[in-house]
Amino acid sequence: MMKPYISVFKLRISNGLQYRAAALAGIGTQFFFGFMFIMIFEAFYAHTSGTPPMTLAEVITYTWLKQAFLAFIVLWFRDDELFQLITSGNIAYELCRPSGIYGLWYVKLLAQRLASAMLRCFPILILVIFLPEPYGLQLPTDFTSFLLFLATLFVGLLMIVSLSMLIYISVFITMSPAGSLLLFSVFGDFFAGLVIPVPLMPNWMQQIVYVLPFHWTADFPFRVFTGNLSKTEALTGLCIQSIWLVGLIAVGKFAMDRALRRIVVQGG
Amino acid sequence: MTLYFKYMMLLFKSQMQYRASFLLLTLGQCLTPFTVFAGLYFMFDRFGQLQGWDFYEVALCFAVTQMAFSITECFARGFDTFSSLIVSGNFDRLLVRPRSTVVQVFGSRFEFTRIGRLFLSAVVLIWAVTNINVDWTFLKIVALFFMVASGIVIFTSIFILTASISFWTVQGLEIANIFTDGGREMTQYPLNIYQKWVRRFFTFVIPFGCVNYVPLLFILNRDGYQHPVYALTPLAGVLFLIPCLIVWRIGVRHYRSTGS
Repeated sequence: MMKPYISVFKLRISNGLQYRAAALAGIGTQFFFGFMFIMIFEAFYAHTSGTPPMTLAEVITYTWLKQAFLAFIVLWFRDDELFQLITSGNIAYELCRPSGIYGLWYVKLLAQRLASAMLRCFPILILVIFLPEPYGLQLPTDFTSFLLFLATLFVGLLMIVSLSMLIYISVFITMSPAGSLLLFSVFGDFFAGLVIPVPLMPNWMQQIVYVLPFHWTADFPFRVFTGNLSKTEALTGLCIQSIWLVGLIAVGKFAMDRALRRIVVQGG
Repeated sequence: MTLYFKYMMLLFKSQMQYRASFLLLTLGQCLTPFTVFAGLYFMFDRFGQLQGWDFYEVALCFAVTQMAFSITECFARGFDTFSSLIVSGNFDRLLVRPRSTVVQVFGSRFEFTRIGRLFLSAVVLIWAVTNINVDWTFLKIVALFFMVASGIVIFTSIFILTASISFWTVQGLEIANIFTDGGREMTQYPLNIYQKWVRRFFTFVIPFGCVNYVPLLFILNRDGYQHPVYALTPLAGVLFLIPCLIVWRIGVRHYRSTGS
């Protein structure tokens, strides 16, 4: 029963791994941006009077993780092919397939993100571990928190895919990907802590952020890695993440079924 | 020049055909720098100052850069997406027309949705200018104007330069983003907060420093930068356009069509 999903997944992974030169260029760009963000944070931290809620070393590690796992955490990582399927009416072919469309697209998107991250994250991570003192990546203090990081990052990845599925579903209704994608991703990325880490935001903003699902995808796993969150916090967070994940998938599936029932394919 | 405005009107009319999508995109374009600016505001809320710069001073810096960049993206979008022209072989069509290639590529694309970004940066600029601790003289206003104007020239030059690279590589290179998007992100903050090598690169290789940093010091009346000549430093940035246009020329001469 799982077989078609697994083969779509494999196909997409090997497809994504073809673009090695593009990935290399991407790594260079992400390095540059990483350095730039760190220099800005460093300047802010240089003359601070009180104790900020995150140390500079934590912010630096956070930034590098963000750069390395960009493909896991940004919402705008999109598949134009799927958009074209919807707007051009070729969705009809997809509907003919015997496997569920939600699951199929889900693994497609998941595989794309994994392939892109596999190419990019390891070179970046390895290099930044060996960077000189203030700029380097600080490894977690013990192995358990590293395992917790991997678990939370993975559930976060599943969450981001189910969130981006909602964007694709919204295109069934609006027929134009640009608008909904932009609005959703701009705010999503901000609430996920990609512009500045969530602990550095003012308290009222943090309260808004913690109600929304976005921060579970990036901010939470990264703070588990840096040790900003304790292990018990990480474990309870993992449970909440899973609840969100189940909820998001349920909503996505329901919305997809509704959208597909109303769909009209106009030949051509 | 009349040809250029004709191109512009045509593209404006065609983009206005999809009014709803146009408005949504404009709104979206306005929101992207908005979240970045919100991040900047929150950072100042948390830390109070940035190596002696206060919030409104950095906001001014941010607004000038965003404004220059959004105007550039609106008018020089043709160069930004130039590699697609090469890949499809459509550049051949431009070569047979009896007008300069630069004007034609300029005219090939306009992104009017960038008005959203421009609008936001104008709001930030006004907010910063009215709150900043500066007594505005005529010369300072001129300096501010030059900052935006020559920021546009520099961003345009970078767009031309990266477009020329695709004469050799055919595909556009993602690494070129370091100079366009990276330059934009970088110059949102005063340059002296960065490491020395970064500052040097962005002053002497790509002259953002002359455009953004030095005149800003002049406007703020910082020590050692009070001489009126510093108001005119942005003009030095314009010189950057010359080598970029030369590279473009070499590129055009080097051009071999991809066929199809």
